[in-house]
Amino acid sequence: MKTRCISGVAGALALSAAVTLFAQTPTPSAGAQAPSGNAQVPPGGLSPAQMRLLPKALDNTPDIKFEVVKDFMKLPPNVYMGEGIGIATNSKGHVFVNTCAQQTRNFEFDQNGNFVREIGKDLYGFVFCHGIRVDAQDNIWVIDEGANMIIKFNPEGRVTMVLGRRIGFPYNGMEPPVKEMNPAPPYIFNRPTDVAFDSAGNIFVADGYGNSRIAKYDKNGRFIKQAGSRGSGPGQFNLIHAIAVDAQGNVYGGSRSDQRILVFDNDLNYKTVYDHVGAPWSLCITTGPHQYLYTSNSNPDNQDTPLHKVSGQIFKMELDGTVLGKFGVPGKEQGQFSTVHGIDCRAENVILVSEIVEWRMQKLILHPTAAQGGK
Amino acid sequence: MTYSRFAATVVFAGSLLAGSLLAQQRELSFDSAGDFLSMPADLHLGEVAGVATTSSGNLLVYFQGGGPNATIGAARIHINGGARLIEFDRSGKFQREIGGSVPNNRPYAFLFAQGIRVDPQDNIWVVDRASRMVVKFDQSGRILLTLGRRLEAVGELGSSGVFGRASGPPGSGVPGDNFNQPTDVAWDAAGNIFVSDGYGNARVAKFDKNGRFIKSWGATGTEPGQFNIPHSIAVDARGSVYVADMGNQRIQVFDNDGTFKSEIKNVGAPRAICISPGAHQFLYSSNSNPTEDPFLNGEIYKMELDGTVLGRVGRAGKQFKEFGMVNGMDCRDPNTLFVAELMNWRVQKLSLK
Repeated sequence: MKTRCISGVAGALALSAAVTLFAQTPTPSAGAQAPSGNAQVPPGGLSPAQMRLLPKALDNTPDIKFEVVKDFMKLPPNVYMGEGIGIATNSKGHVFVNTCAQQTRNFEFDQNGNFVREIGKDLYGFVFCHGIRVDAQDNIWVIDEGANMIIKFNPEGRVTMVLGRRIGFPYNGMEPPVKEMNPAPPYIFNRPTDVAFDSAGNIFVADGYGNSRIAKYDKNGRFIKQAGSRGSGPGQFNLIHAIAVDAQGNVYGGSRSDQRILVFDNDLNYKTVYDHVGAPWSLCITTGPHQYLYTSNSNPDNQDTPLHKVSGQIFKMELDGTVLGKFGVPGKEQGQFSTVHGIDCRAENVILVSEIVEWRMQKLILHPTAAQGGK
Repeated sequence: MTYSRFAATVVFAGSLLAGSLLAQQRELSFDSAGDFLSMPADLHLGEVAGVATTSSGNLLVYFQGGGPNATIGAARIHINGGARLIEFDRSGKFQREIGGSVPNNRPYAFLFAQGIRVDPQDNIWVVDRASRMVVKFDQSGRILLTLGRRLEAVGELGSSGVFGRASGPPGSGVPGDNFNQPTDVAWDAAGNIFVSDGYGNARVAKFDKNGRFIKSWGATGTEPGQFNIPHSIAVDARGSVYVADMGNQRIQVFDNDGTFKSEIKNVGAPRAICISPGAHQFLYSSNSNPTEDPFLNGEIYKMELDGTVLGRVGRAGKQFKEFGMVNGMDCRDPNTLFVAELMNWRVQKLSLK
């Protein structure tokens, strides 16, 4: 497998190294499109909007060295990725991608990126993609923002449980959820965004664009409780866009529009907030005895916006919020990020991302120093 | 669509009421065959609207699938191909899809699955809520009769979307086969056809076996002979007509000409009913859970035709032996129930002991 190594040294050195590297590829604008963190931002050069979004941790966080597995994703003829929305791996290393194509589709790849099959072809619950996760038993869970549903497939790819209900046409007794309800109805989602599980199999749903809550269900789908309302106060969300659960059962909810990660205990009591790592578009927590939290401060969808200067990197953190390192810059080339919307970190130093702007997934191998959690 | 919010509220409240009566009913012992349908790899059930058996034990399943199914017409949204009709053999092995897997090849009426029944001659009858049609297929899958007409893709601006003009009280509809979101179909021994109609209307329409309109009865309301979402219909061997008046939490019984005879209450909000054949007929009715709570109620009642409750089966939930909004039911064999679940996306085969 041919790989490309990107220097992780911060500052001007990183910039020049990146330019040198990208110069090997005949892309005229490569140098101009390779910002590195805040290295290109002149002092005092940020607009108020940029300043507001600038992650506090950006300045003093060292880069983590990484390489990208080039051309990892291999599709058969006449199968196309659309926008790469969600990504997850199972215990065998197979990769599952949720994509917004002409229809919402879910593809399974093997550990080498070879296409294996499609999951849930023409499914009633696929209206508008928003993510995919795989649980500890290798069940595949798809989050559909359009159908307002969370759909559980067994490892064979058959539906075994659904949460929420799609609005039918004509209406099946349900009103379109045009306004936010507080508290939200226990079993009706309003544009949900993500799902996570604790070790007991309890299900945590991030809900979402329309509601502003985390809803907890037991493993059989029975509602237990919920937490959250719209706002930027303690325990509140302003677009909860991602969710992850650690081995102790603590719940991490990414509040994207106000750049916060909120931490709750397993009973959804609010504990603390991390507000120094940008907008948490996507979260994942590694497995293993020492767990790490990755969050993607993704660059916004449109190309080369001013906000790219203060976004685009993924942060690696301890579960207590201590930032260990960061990697990645906005861009369209392999090894750069074009609006990461999904992230998987089952293997601690193997990061899989799915991206909106470039219709792809990427596999990155991290080389953290000892101070960055490396071995 | 203000009526839908009203109806949902009424059904929800009614279900709570019925729940308090549960303890008085005997629980019948039963088993579920679990995941007994074998499906092709790329075929997945969605919301299952109905299930029906043929005389040889084959299963017909009408359900809501996914895929691209909406286009914008000049004046209204034009949807196509969302509903699918598939057949299994008696062991649950997939046999065929009527209309095939390509949406544009499917019968014109297949828009939003509502119900399916098989008549004594093994003809297959599909009820589609969005195309507002009842379609009769022979066993080979060819169409023999259509009732109702699907809206044109391009309509007149301001059109109510119903052919003809209503002159009677609200819900009584337009005479003939002008359905407004019909829900179910049944037949008497002479082959007369009874259609419950439905979400948009609140009536029962009767046709002769050739599809000629005979009469209709009912209007929106709570009085005897009035309906609030007549959602399911069945006819016994003597020709009496049983209508699941879901929003009013009762089953109304009429004679063959539509004259009100009696009502059965205290069985929750009947969403699906069926009557078993044979010398001693039984009536089954599902008090299906509302959308808002997948764990509320859900039990199925077994009754004598006079409404005497013999026992109840199951409850709401997501496991096997639990139900997620039973919308269709088959009881050709009174001790083997097939139930179609909207919210659990499956068919269960239940063996009553």
